[in-house]
Amino acid sequence: MKPLQLPVFLLRITRSQGILRRYFVVNGFDGALTMLGLITGFLVSGSTELGVVINVCLGAAIALAVSGVSSAYVSETAERLRALKQLEAAMITDLQDSAHGKAVRWVPVLIALVNGSAPLVISLLILTPLWLADAGLVLPLAPLLNAIVVALMLVFLLGVYLGRVAGISWLRSGVRTLALALLTTGLIYLLADS
Amino acid sequence: MTCVTRILLDVLKPHHPSCLELARAIAAIGEDYRVRLTVNEMDEKTETIQIEVSGQAVDFDAVQAAIKAMGGALHSIDAVDVRGSSAGQAQGGAGGSGT
Repeated sequence: MKPLQLPVFLLRITRSQGILRRYFVVNGFDGALTMLGLITGFLVSGSTELGVVINVCLGAAIALAVSGVSSAYVSETAERLRALKQLEAAMITDLQDSAHGKAVRWVPVLIALVNGSAPLVISLLILTPLWLADAGLVLPLAPLLNAIVVALMLVFLLGVYLGRVAGISWLRSGVRTLALALLTTGLIYLLADS
Repeated sequence: MTCVTRILLDVLKPHHPSCLELARAIAAIGEDYRVRLTVNEMDEKTETIQIEVSGQAVDFDAVQAAIKAMGGALHSIDAVDVRGSSAGQAQGGAGGSGT
């Protein structure tokens, strides 16, 4: 079996593709909304040094990534072990050397990587306008507004992806997640003390 | 020198990998292998299947290893065809050789 075929095979026999998709969307959404919340908070607060905004957001992104990796690894390892023991009981045999045994070792790693990288990658994409502005590049909007626009676009794209997974209208699904992001921004504007 | 040309195996396997994937994994062992897989019984988590592998020289150990790697457990060898190199072809049907 080719190296790239193995992870796909292991995910298929453990029927984990759905879990992987769910983790990607859930934690990706977490990352996007966390960045959106932080940046909107900074925007409401008035003038803040760009370096501070970047460091705070980067800190949150790294924390989300580490939390995503560790929590998914621990919980998925427990779930996979439980499933293997049930299967071993039904088969009345040891499956440690089989594909199912391999899956117990590798599927939690794959899921943890996706769960951790989703919020990190999305957060880094949202922070890109801030880095560009910090590097001296002139952006069409203010850096924080640009980052908010990127965040809204990514949230919309996550909705589009969910729509395609569910086989429903991608536009409706995208608009729904976008509405949630706008609601979050609106709540911060309403409740934050400027 | 003898060559195994056909083996009939009774195997218990989980639902995943599928029968198609298991049959492909066994067929991939030898270039001329023909694999016939029949599902005899389905349970909640497992299925009992019969695997017939035929070829010019079937490598039983490799077939057994492939079944184990895919999560299956070999219960018995239900039939074998073995060909002797000097005597042409000798056939044998072995019922229920438990492993």
